[in-house]
Amino acid sequence: MTGINNTQTCRYKISETDNNGIIVYFIGELSIDTSASILSELIILFKKDIPSSLIIDLGNVTYFDDFGAFVLIELKKTVNKGKGVFSIVNSGDKTKDVLSLVDFDSYGSDLPVFKKRRKNIFVGIGEATINEANNIKFMVSFLGSLTLSMIHVLFHPKSLRVDDTITLMQKNGVDALPIVALISFLLGLIMAFMSSIQLQQFGANIYVASLVALAMVSELGPIMTAIVVAGRTGSSYAAEIGTMQVSEEIDALFSMGFNPTLFLGVPRTFALMIVLPLLTIFSDIFAILGGLVVGVFILGLTPNSYIMQTIETLSLLEITWGFLKSLIFAFIVACVGCFRGFQARGGASAVGNAATSAVVSGIFLIILFDSIIAVIRSYW
Amino acid sequence: MRDEKIISVIDLIIFYGDDLILDNISFEVIEGEILVILGTSGCGKSTLLRQMVGLSHPWAGKIIIDGNEITSRDEEAFNRTIRKIGILFQSGALIGSMTLAENVALPIIEFTDIPVQSVENLVKMKLSMVGLTGYENHLPSEISGGMKKRAGLARAMALNPKILFLDEPTAGLDPVIAAEIDELILGINRSIGTTMVIVTHELDSIFKVAQRVIMLDSITKGILDEGDPRDLKMNSSEPFVRQFFNRQAGSAKK
Repeated sequence: MTGINNTQTCRYKISETDNNGIIVYFIGELSIDTSASILSELIILFKKDIPSSLIIDLGNVTYFDDFGAFVLIELKKTVNKGKGVFSIVNSGDKTKDVLSLVDFDSYGSDLPVFKKRRKNIFVGIGEATINEANNIKFMVSFLGSLTLSMIHVLFHPKSLRVDDTITLMQKNGVDALPIVALISFLLGLIMAFMSSIQLQQFGANIYVASLVALAMVSELGPIMTAIVVAGRTGSSYAAEIGTMQVSEEIDALFSMGFNPTLFLGVPRTFALMIVLPLLTIFSDIFAILGGLVVGVFILGLTPNSYIMQTIETLSLLEITWGFLKSLIFAFIVACVGCFRGFQARGGASAVGNAATSAVVSGIFLIILFDSIIAVIRSYW
Repeated sequence: MRDEKIISVIDLIIFYGDDLILDNISFEVIEGEILVILGTSGCGKSTLLRQMVGLSHPWAGKIIIDGNEITSRDEEAFNRTIRKIGILFQSGALIGSMTLAENVALPIIEFTDIPVQSVENLVKMKLSMVGLTGYENHLPSEISGGMKKRAGLARAMALNPKILFLDEPTAGLDPVIAAEIDELILGINRSIGTTMVIVTHELDSIFKVAQRVIMLDSITKGILDEGDPRDLKMNSSEPFVRQFFNRQAGSAKK
């Protein structure tokens, strides 16, 4: 069995000894560039019938690095597995240096190959349960801590970080106004248009104004605004606090004697609880404007009669109800955003997960609470 | 092969924002040597390193690595060069969503033809070289800062680059591990012939591994002194350099 292989610069020659042993002569460069092809060829060759002894002759190797050493390790393992004897001859000083660098002698047949641990299904279920329990525990304790901090701030207004709160109000309220206004305007437009198709059949054009006003102020205004804000603000809270958590900034705050919830959570919650109801009112107004456009230009109503009908439909109770709802949604969005941020552990992907779950669970909770409130109201 | 320039830095001027960081510096790195870049905190060592690996562009001047000018914004020359260098970042810069083994395997799988079933063992060998046997399946967030640095080193040398740039390889490690890393650096340099450019403050490391040092000055924004550290410690004409190597509190900095 004699073979010569031409790779880039490394060749090897195989010759047999008397007692089923094999000598491999390497010639040239046994390095990162040549190791891959040599390795795959030789491993295939020796896996078929493992020689009783393998002697590696490195006398003609001009360059040798740790990839070369790795080829030898793999060969040694293969040979040792078949109880063969492995030895290296004619290695130069540099080669010996490389071999000692990778601690060549420590590798044998019993090299433990690392595999990802497969989880038993029961272990998996147990782990998930414990995680979920911890999750809930963390959530309850965070909710408690946030509530306590907010009550504390109500009695000690000086402990509120006012500058932060104002900046946050600007960032999450004023800056969100254009998108909220646009979405609401278009929503009002669509609602008026779709309802007019039905109402026109009965000549009840004027009730388009009532429909838009009522639907917007008591239901859609608070919900749409809260969902937009959950996407904008909830994710940014989670990402910001999550990054701080991951880079140990929160630990630093804590060790300086600050309460992280009071320092980060309360300003964010207060800021959102102030601006979200205001945004909701703007949203209502812009939706009614959208309805007005359809009413005036398509249904032929006068602006005056549209506005009069709107005012007549809305009661103070409706407006207060919508306002209260948006207050609750603001608390939910801020709370979930901060909670997910504080919960983040690990690296960059944990921050991404925190932002995602802040939005997802924020929107879910908004709709859940809206349903609960609707049920309460129907039994009022 | 000896005494051949592998990196030439020519008349380099670096600004960071509006601040002049380095003014008109030139030096060379010889193939196979271990060069240590020194200087006080904030004198632009790491910035210089970033320029040398092409992460940012200098305001003026040239950097030539192995015959390719990486500052020329010639993408092909840059791509040829980047394969020849390995970088260890200050905090390891491991990919957070991958285990240590996956981090090290990333360049090996991408840029070599090592058979898939062998990659695992190769990665294991690379990690054991930096003393991280048994941590293959850990995520970077589950190990200490020193371990991250060692894993980063394993990744930087995964492809046996011609030149290794190391940003503070031993800072923050305990003395035993730091000494082991120094041994590893020397071992790689001796046996494989990798050229090393190291930024560090650790005096022990400097005296152990450095064949030549370049000392940057934060006042003149230039090179204060260069040469063998043992020689500079005794005979440097600059009092600050002697202070630095003798670890004395300074009044020489005006």
